[in-house]
Amino acid sequence: MGIHDVDRRARRVRQCRIFFAVFAAFAFFLTLTLHAQQPPPGGGRGGRGGATITSPRNAYPDRPPGDPAAIERGKALYSVNCQFCHGADTRGGDGGPSLLRSGLVLDDRNGELMAPVIQNGRTDRGMPKFTFTAEQVADVATYIHTFRAAGYDESRIKPPSIIVGDAKAGEAFFKARCAACHSPGGDLRGLAARITDERLLQQTWLMPGTGGGRGGPAPVTVPPTTVTVTLPSGEKVEGKLDRVDDFVVSLTTADGTHRSFRTPMTGGDTPKVEIHDPLQPHKDLLRTYADSDIHNVTAFLVTLK
Amino acid sequence: MKTRMMVVAVCLASAVLSAAPENGLDPATLLKPLADQWPSYSGDYTGRRYSALTQINQSNVKSMTLAWSARLNAGGGGGAGASTIVGGEGTGDVTVGGATQIKGAVLMVNNVLYVTAPDNVWALDAHDGHELWHYFWKTKGGTHIGNRGAAMWGNYLYFVTPDDYFVSIDARTGKERWHKEAASFAQQYFLTSAPTTIGNHIIVGTGNDLDSPGYLDAYDPETGERQWRFYTVPMNPGDPGLETWKDLDAARHGGGHPWLPGVYDPETKLYIFGTGNPTPAYHSKPRGEGMDNLFTCAIVAVNVDTGKMEWYYQTSPHDTHDWDSAQTPVLVDGTFRGSGPRKMVLTASRNGYYFTLDRHTGEHLVTSKFSETVNWAKPALNPKGQPVREPAKDHHIAGALVSAANGGATNWPPAAYSPDTGLLYVPTQETYAMYYLSETDPRGAMGLGGKDEISVGTAGTYISAIDYNTGKTVWRHKFRSTRGNAPSGLLTTAGKLLFGGDISGNFVAFDPANGKPIWHARIGQVSNAPETYMVDGRQHVLVAAGDTLYAFTLYQ
Repeated sequence: MGIHDVDRRARRVRQCRIFFAVFAAFAFFLTLTLHAQQPPPGGGRGGRGGATITSPRNAYPDRPPGDPAAIERGKALYSVNCQFCHGADTRGGDGGPSLLRSGLVLDDRNGELMAPVIQNGRTDRGMPKFTFTAEQVADVATYIHTFRAAGYDESRIKPPSIIVGDAKAGEAFFKARCAACHSPGGDLRGLAARITDERLLQQTWLMPGTGGGRGGPAPVTVPPTTVTVTLPSGEKVEGKLDRVDDFVVSLTTADGTHRSFRTPMTGGDTPKVEIHDPLQPHKDLLRTYADSDIHNVTAFLVTLK
Repeated sequence: MKTRMMVVAVCLASAVLSAAPENGLDPATLLKPLADQWPSYSGDYTGRRYSALTQINQSNVKSMTLAWSARLNAGGGGGAGASTIVGGEGTGDVTVGGATQIKGAVLMVNNVLYVTAPDNVWALDAHDGHELWHYFWKTKGGTHIGNRGAAMWGNYLYFVTPDDYFVSIDARTGKERWHKEAASFAQQYFLTSAPTTIGNHIIVGTGNDLDSPGYLDAYDPETGERQWRFYTVPMNPGDPGLETWKDLDAARHGGGHPWLPGVYDPETKLYIFGTGNPTPAYHSKPRGEGMDNLFTCAIVAVNVDTGKMEWYYQTSPHDTHDWDSAQTPVLVDGTFRGSGPRKMVLTASRNGYYFTLDRHTGEHLVTSKFSETVNWAKPALNPKGQPVREPAKDHHIAGALVSAANGGATNWPPAAYSPDTGLLYVPTQETYAMYYLSETDPRGAMGLGGKDEISVGTAGTYISAIDYNTGKTVWRHKFRSTRGNAPSGLLTTAGKLLFGGDISGNFVAFDPANGKPIWHARIGQVSNAPETYMVDGRQHVLVAAGDTLYAFTLYQ
């Protein structure tokens, strides 16, 4: 989650830079907001001023900010001469390739690598030559370099809804496969009102206890996995499963006592270890779903407001 | 005059010595089967990770105990008693968050261990693990996900950095000899692989998560001058494989990084390695709908002297899940289905499929599925023996339930092969995730962007033992666990032992015939593949857990 926050913040900072000349007051407000949520020193994007690399998303330094006047001049030139083929966002179109991921553009600092391409064209690939001066090339480069390339590219146009299924079919599936444990009028009453994010709702019914993928808390609490250990004497020890591997099983009994037992390496039968995972039915179902079943059940569950 | 001649002669002699010194590593040693030393990423060129050592064996492994442990301090702040030598092009103000993780091979040559983590190399005395020197590289940045180890030639070590340098240091002193820019930092390459020494070539592969092309470089070990470059994707009009991309621009941004070291067949002079996923990884339309995207997700053989491709076999045509086929392959000589001998190459791919190929020709021999849950491909293989992508299991706005999750059915932790059992041992995970397309505009999609993949759980984590004749899993050991860690890399020995970390922090010796645990010690999550070698007549088994190395030997 922290990772995403850092990314969004960097993006907003860049937007501030671009719009500063035009929306100075708005940008000022935004900057104030940004200051309010600055990370601790060293938590920003890498490259300058004691940065700390914490993930692939902040591993590469931003370019130094360009001169706002040069950006404006470059934008004007770009919109007239380049945008038609390379797109308003430099990501390319049918006519020209993406500049954002171009090795030449990435390696370019201030137009020195772009200049020969702009001034000579690439006639073999359908790019005409442009009679830009060196200063104009530098302005266009400054503008192009305001777009940040990232391997973990943030979504630009998010789909408004993930609901594509048939609620009736979903209800029928639910009755057949889920109703032994759950009921729309009982434990699931008002489910969609409690979990309003459609994707989080889908993830939650598929595997309760998992989050929505953005690091937020899981919206439902799953009862713990329990274990019963039958000792050679016949004594049964039961409790919440804390840990198990091929060699040791550890549990906490009802009175809060921690107990551990060695289990035979060869997989023998004493002590006998029986694990009760409340999510086992959900896990077993994973092997059986068609994606349409999942989409239909979600379409049904979003009606449980 | 005579004296001057003598001086020249002595200088020449010492120059020859520095190329193949008695204390250094003679490249010819690398051709020997794995035993007393561990001089390269896989120990030898076969990638089998099968040691001939038998002092520690199935009958006495229960007496194996700790000889020493060594915790390594990364960074420029000084090591554990040894001086830190600082190099690098960075200004020194970029720090790396997170704990130090040893995720690669440790070389053992002449009783010295050479260990790496991103930006760091250490030399340790193999007798007791004490530090001899520590080299620290001041970074400019780059993804610091791991470093797979160093290569050695004579008295010199070679390693790569996350900010894209190829560095050589003197193994005796830790002092830097030179460094070369091996890839473009501005294009967001980051280098993680262990270089490979073959004769007078040091081979280095790239890594990148943007849309930059993958390549292998061969360098001169003495000067660091580049000898050849092999791109894994078409870069120019007329290049082979270009017809499998939407256009040249797509190919030139197609990825296919050789993330891990390959293996080497001295008979044919072929360096055989795996390539990574095509990019953009998830929005595959810009690559050409349904087109193969050569030579991504493939096993590729290049001539080590020329860098020219001899053959390839693609294990995931048009991958859409970021599942590399970069796993280090394994070379096996043996009978194949009763006839032979046959020279083969084996690979278990991140996509959940296992392959046996002829290593002289690339001819396909066997495909099988080694994960029961993997569901991204159509039920039938194509006539070339390749799995066929099911587009319904790409990323979708409403979500597709896919196995495996992004980490794949296996990943970089290396497999091992035992000629005693004829089995390939593969670290295996069976996982599920919902794959959501979070970007509706494929135009300009880049790198690993435009999707969200959310886990829905792990069905199991295993060691799979695969018969290369049939591709069938002969046995698999399921780790009992409440945790979801990935399994570690593996080692097998002529002592009828298979070593590896489980997913609960235990280091375990298994019976390679059936996967039954025989010995274990809880040291924390194993973070590399175990290795073995001899020090003063005693066999050691070395393994890393995070920032600490543990050396085991028989109790005396």
